[in-house]
Amino acid sequence: MITTLGLAFQFAGAPAPLRFPDVDLPQGGTLLVRGPSGCGKSTWLGLVSGLLSPGAGQVRVANTVLNDLSGAERDRWRARHVGVLPQRLHLSASLSVRDNLALVYFAAGLAVDQRAIDERLQALGVYGLAGRRPAQLSGGQAQRVALARALLLRPPVLLADEPTASLDDEACATALALLRDHAQAAGATLVVATHDSRAVLALAGAAELRLSGQQEAVA
Amino acid sequence: MSVWRLAWTYLWARPLSAALNIVLLTLGLTVVGAVLQAQAQVERALQRDLAGIDLVVGAKGSPMQLILAGVYHLDVPPGNIPLAEVERLQQHPQVERLIPLSLGDNIDGFRIVGTTPDYITHYGATLATGAVWTAPMQAVLGAEVARATGLKLGDGFYGAHGLGAGGAVHEEVAYRVSGVLAPCACVLDRLALTATESVWQVHDEMHGASEMDAQDLVALQADREVTLALIRYSTPLAAVTFPRAVNATERLQAAAPAMEITRLLSMLGVGTRAVQALGVVLLLVAALSVLVALWQALRERRADIALMRLLGVRPARLAGLLLAEALWLALLSLLLAVALSGGLTALLGFVLAQKQSLLLSGSWAWSVWWPVPLLALAVALLAALLPAVAAYRQDVHTLLSVR
Repeated sequence: MITTLGLAFQFAGAPAPLRFPDVDLPQGGTLLVRGPSGCGKSTWLGLVSGLLSPGAGQVRVANTVLNDLSGAERDRWRARHVGVLPQRLHLSASLSVRDNLALVYFAAGLAVDQRAIDERLQALGVYGLAGRRPAQLSGGQAQRVALARALLLRPPVLLADEPTASLDDEACATALALLRDHAQAAGATLVVATHDSRAVLALAGAAELRLSGQQEAVA
Repeated sequence: MSVWRLAWTYLWARPLSAALNIVLLTLGLTVVGAVLQAQAQVERALQRDLAGIDLVVGAKGSPMQLILAGVYHLDVPPGNIPLAEVERLQQHPQVERLIPLSLGDNIDGFRIVGTTPDYITHYGATLATGAVWTAPMQAVLGAEVARATGLKLGDGFYGAHGLGAGGAVHEEVAYRVSGVLAPCACVLDRLALTATESVWQVHDEMHGASEMDAQDLVALQADREVTLALIRYSTPLAAVTFPRAVNATERLQAAAPAMEITRLLSMLGVGTRAVQALGVVLLLVAALSVLVALWQALRERRADIALMRLLGVRPARLAGLLLAEALWLALLSLLLAVALSGGLTALLGFVLAQKQSLLLSGSWAWSVWWPVPLLALAVALLAALLPAVAAYRQDVHTLLSVR
């Protein structure tokens, strides 16, 4: 569940704050965040995940009003409630696939659950790669590992930033299907930020948030 | 997954850099530790041998030389003093005990010392075999002397003239081993002890005493000398007046060991401080190297740090991760430095024992080594501080936006 009201963010040095249309997405829903590069998609994801704090307006995600939380509290909240699939995946090159997933437990301050890691890797068909380094993975395998990491703690919200940016048509379809299926299976609210029309087609029926990058009036 | 395990993984993700930094840190810590050890051991060895000796009386010359020759048997004595004068000192009310020492000969480079059995009791040494001499030309060997020369109870040996190996051998009169001392970890270990009369007898023979007439022998008797005397006061007040009285005489000189050794240590201190400074410079270089390595790691790991922030790791915990990495380096270096310093100290003790110099033990004096772990910790903290602050302040959102 994601609800925003009168959300705005002021970049340091910018003449006016970036304003975002209101969103009201039920738990388990899917949202497409669309717009050209630099329109504020990453900023919106940053606000919803608690990485940034809004200049104005209210953000409510998974029954938590993020405005009420301090920086450290938002970090702790994000560890348990938001799974993020960054555009460049950000798998740590220094760690094995298994340790990359274990990092989630480190971040959340939990004991490592090796069985949960095994099950999640199995569910995404990359269990055999657990001992490898990210450099030894293909693009598709790396994306599956990153998705496994995002879903490991069964977060109620899954944020994907440009998940199809550098994929060919076939891989794009596979990636989106994976995202949608696994989010649904986990009952997670799925947000996909994209400027890729293939993603828009594949996720037909999803709610949309259109960002133009212009200063927008509160809808 | 703990911060420590993660830091360990990250440390060894760049094995070459980690190994080089450990080597640098280890060298710095070892040098500092070795200097502290050597300093303490030399000091302890010096203090141990002068215990209970308030004053050394010998011929005029350098007081330092007198102490080094009379207490530590390292230098040659300034000359001899008349026996009559020594006997006069012995009667002095402020003298509790006087031990005469006569030097001049050696066996295989170990000094033969003519003295009284008091010399053995003074250091609390005990006999491993045999007994103290009861007549001239009987000798009691120190443990190190017996070991090096292979002489046993009842064996005979000749003394050689001079205090170093290689002088003319006194083949006229032979010594007989009457006893061997147990190791006492004191100066007696590298001395051969005998009665004062033995030394006289050997030199009388050298000067052809057996062919002298009665008149010459009487003259020889009257000219009896010893090299120096170790004195213990009966009252602390003696320290004020007694040395002055001795120094006022024509032929005698008095030197207080405690004072001379303090002077010697302060002279050595310049040298040890120079080596210590070298160690500190090495440590600073190591600290800089660790700093550069961590800074580099921070840049290489910008993505990892952004990711960890994204996964919900607090900035303070990220800083802690870098700190833990530096602490791992410090700990590994410390362990290596312990091993290396222990080996070096043992080697130094071995070499010095071979040279029949001061007896240093290869044993570890933890009490003086305590600054080394603190230094290791300080270096780790110093090196990690800047990168940790940088990690703390990393703006995750701009990092994620970098395409």
